[in-house]
Amino acid sequence: MTTITLNNQMVNVDAEADTPLLWVLRDHLGMTGTKFGCGMALCGACTVHIDGAATRSCVLPLSAVEGKSITTIEGLSRDRGNVVQKAWLEIDVPQCGYCQSGQIMSAAALLKSNPKPSDADIDAAMSGNICRCGTYPRIRKAIHRAAELLGSGAAK
Amino acid sequence: MRPASELSRRDFLNATATVGGGLILALTLPGRAGPANSKSAAHAPTAAGAALPGAAVPGAVEGAGLSGNQVNAWLKIARDNSITVIVDRSEMGQGVYTALPMLLAEELNIDFNVIRIVAAPVGDAYVSPGNGGQITGTSNSVQESWDKLRMAGATARTLLINAAAKHWRIDPAQCHVENATVVNSQGKVLTYGELADSAAKLPVPKDVKLKPKGKFQIIGKPVPRIDTPGKIDGSAEFGIDVKLPGMLYAALAQSPVLGGKVKALDAGAAEKMPGVRKVLATSGGVVVVADHFWQALKARNALAISWDPGANARLDNAGIHALLKKTAAAGPGLSARTDGNVENALKSAKQHWSAAYYLPLLAHACMEPMNCTADVKADGCDLYVGTQVQQVAQITAATAAGLQPAQVRVYTTLLGGGFGRRLDIDFIPAAVEASKALGVPVKVIWTREDDMTHDTYRPPAYEEVSGGLDAAGKLIAWKLHITSPSITARMFPPVKGVDDSVIEAAVNNLYDVPNLSVSYSRQEIGIDVGYMRSVSHSPNCFVIESFMDEMAALAGKDPYDFRMQHLAKKPRQRHVLQLAAERAGWGKAPAGRYQGIALMEGYTTHLAQVAEISISGGDVKVHKITCVVDCGQMVNPKIVESQIESGIVFGLSAALWGEVTIAGGQVRQTNFNNYRVLRNNELPELDVHLVDSDETPGGIGEAGVPLVAPALCNAIFAATGKRLRELPIAGQKLSKA
Repeated sequence: MTTITLNNQMVNVDAEADTPLLWVLRDHLGMTGTKFGCGMALCGACTVHIDGAATRSCVLPLSAVEGKSITTIEGLSRDRGNVVQKAWLEIDVPQCGYCQSGQIMSAAALLKSNPKPSDADIDAAMSGNICRCGTYPRIRKAIHRAAELLGSGAAK
Repeated sequence: MRPASELSRRDFLNATATVGGGLILALTLPGRAGPANSKSAAHAPTAAGAALPGAAVPGAVEGAGLSGNQVNAWLKIARDNSITVIVDRSEMGQGVYTALPMLLAEELNIDFNVIRIVAAPVGDAYVSPGNGGQITGTSNSVQESWDKLRMAGATARTLLINAAAKHWRIDPAQCHVENATVVNSQGKVLTYGELADSAAKLPVPKDVKLKPKGKFQIIGKPVPRIDTPGKIDGSAEFGIDVKLPGMLYAALAQSPVLGGKVKALDAGAAEKMPGVRKVLATSGGVVVVADHFWQALKARNALAISWDPGANARLDNAGIHALLKKTAAAGPGLSARTDGNVENALKSAKQHWSAAYYLPLLAHACMEPMNCTADVKADGCDLYVGTQVQQVAQITAATAAGLQPAQVRVYTTLLGGGFGRRLDIDFIPAAVEASKALGVPVKVIWTREDDMTHDTYRPPAYEEVSGGLDAAGKLIAWKLHITSPSITARMFPPVKGVDDSVIEAAVNNLYDVPNLSVSYSRQEIGIDVGYMRSVSHSPNCFVIESFMDEMAALAGKDPYDFRMQHLAKKPRQRHVLQLAAERAGWGKAPAGRYQGIALMEGYTTHLAQVAEISISGGDVKVHKITCVVDCGQMVNPKIVESQIESGIVFGLSAALWGEVTIAGGQVRQTNFNNYRVLRNNELPELDVHLVDSDETPGGIGEAGVPLVAPALCNAIFAATGKRLRELPIAGQKLSKA
């Protein structure tokens, strides 16, 4: 039994220690907002926050997150109230939507460390998240919009 | 294809009461059935049962929850005023769950935000006339729904007004609709829910009026997508997210050599691993079923399988290329279009030029790897799958389970990308056979490597083209011979003569050339090829638009002027080409930058693109893509814009890097490290301009893709004088010729 802190709650997980966090979340805990895309930390669909930092959960064994604080898309906010989600909704970013949890988690981590990112900052932070639908122009727009909302104090 | 407007109204709509009260508006089309035995499904006692478990947000997918005479419904208005729209096209990002309900909502005068969306079950009414089946493809969802769903909305509105007028004993002309209510001239109000029962008992009106464009309140507006909320909080349910009580997870082992079979299987080690319930050989490969997916995957990797590689053991890229070239040399193939006499015209031409082009295999690489969940019971099978082909999925599952098609209930989930990959059904049988063997629901998930190495690839094409100019530098001859495998012959047989999906865009060549021929030689390559976003348009438009540039160079003319010279009778094409050139500043690129232009018509949509690039160290850098689109009337311009952007990004990945290579019958690309796709930091500036139009809607899901490659390669020619006749661009030396 491994204890993790998931979305501010202590959770006990009964899974083999080498099970990637991604599959612990999806199969064992039924939290399917975090997606499987590549299994090699190449596409970013599985991005979660570990102690606040954007991390690919598909290559992170359960044993490595014991005692760590994990935030998933389900725990990012209640009622889609995170500033990134608000901007995403306003700009209508998603198409198929499959990569968007990961995109949002990467963007939220970026804004936490850098509330006014430049285009170059966005390039650096978001290049690990692939979107085959090509929502990139809107992702960029929405991150700038989220930064604006942050600046105006509209964020929670 | 028979336009919806030609359907007789008598066989178009019928209204019935629901079991629990309320109005159901359904459609029956006597005598129509898809190629895939949809009849039996439509008349099944229950075509779709309960809602998909766990689906709780607007835009999430549910089973239609319809049965008996409710099958084939488009719209359900309940006593509690809730309004359900049944959408018959799969949502894979292209926006059908928003655009199609907008058509109904416009005529019904309802608040678009309160409607509920459910995915249609298998049913006759949902057969696409253009596609010949219940199929989401060919970018025709809005085109085919444009009249049909507005008519359905207007019919429901008229019924509700008639029911209210009867209740009030007044002339229907004294009533109008407002925000899901009927209001009369004295200001009395009845809600749609209050009227639903009585409206369901009235005869369906024979003649309903559709709103003119000037009165539209929803159509043409940038309405927010109905599926966005669920896609930003993780609650949207894709196939891979389906969870059923007692469900087990499975991983799949498929032959590394495409088309190979299991010779010997030793599952001893795998069976002893934690959580493993069963290892079984299925028609879709060796399935390892376990309590959790990670356990199944580890055990899959521990299987000892000896494979019989079959016929493809020596298949490689060079061999495929050589085979297509050899077949092309053997003869002109089947004629797909003949205008005038192209051989004579080539002989009499003042100047003529020939070239050969080659297009590689491509992978779809949907972000959601292929997966399927099946629950086989004694009396039927529930199938939860992201599919673009509900009927074919139903028949495939029925065959795998030993059931009748009508016993299979197909629940279409959201699709984490389709791009044509989910027109195929190769990921279905393993789940069905495993569920049947274990007696519990089983979800089979492909890894990225499974997905990349067992795609049904965009076929390669070898295309030879010749052109002739008269003394004035005008095209008098154009001869194109395409050699490629057939997609349709495998997926929707039989194909009589030429497979349109390989040559359609070449046949629709839009330039004025008096002597023109297009011919096709079918050459299979031993592996399965499939439809991929923009199908024939990507290879065909690459060749046509590249060769137009070659002919412009031969004539000594500017590529833009040369195209214009051959578009005398094409006002919409001239308009988009001119606008694109203006917006991009054609001919006025900054120092060190070079431009290429391309034009097409496809899906009843007209587009022109200008690419602006620079060359540095032998590599191309894409600075900007300008795209002007005339797709007729737009249902939702915000979605149109996003789809064109999407197509451009898809086209950039393919043009710059897209290539599946094969060695010893095995695909060498395995994941995103060696099958490169465009990332956020690599996106050039995009300028997408949508033309205001009163024409009927065209398709927009695929149209953005095909012009990227020719526009880029034409810009590379402008920069270097080097003509690229093969893709991808990467790996080709781009210094000045």
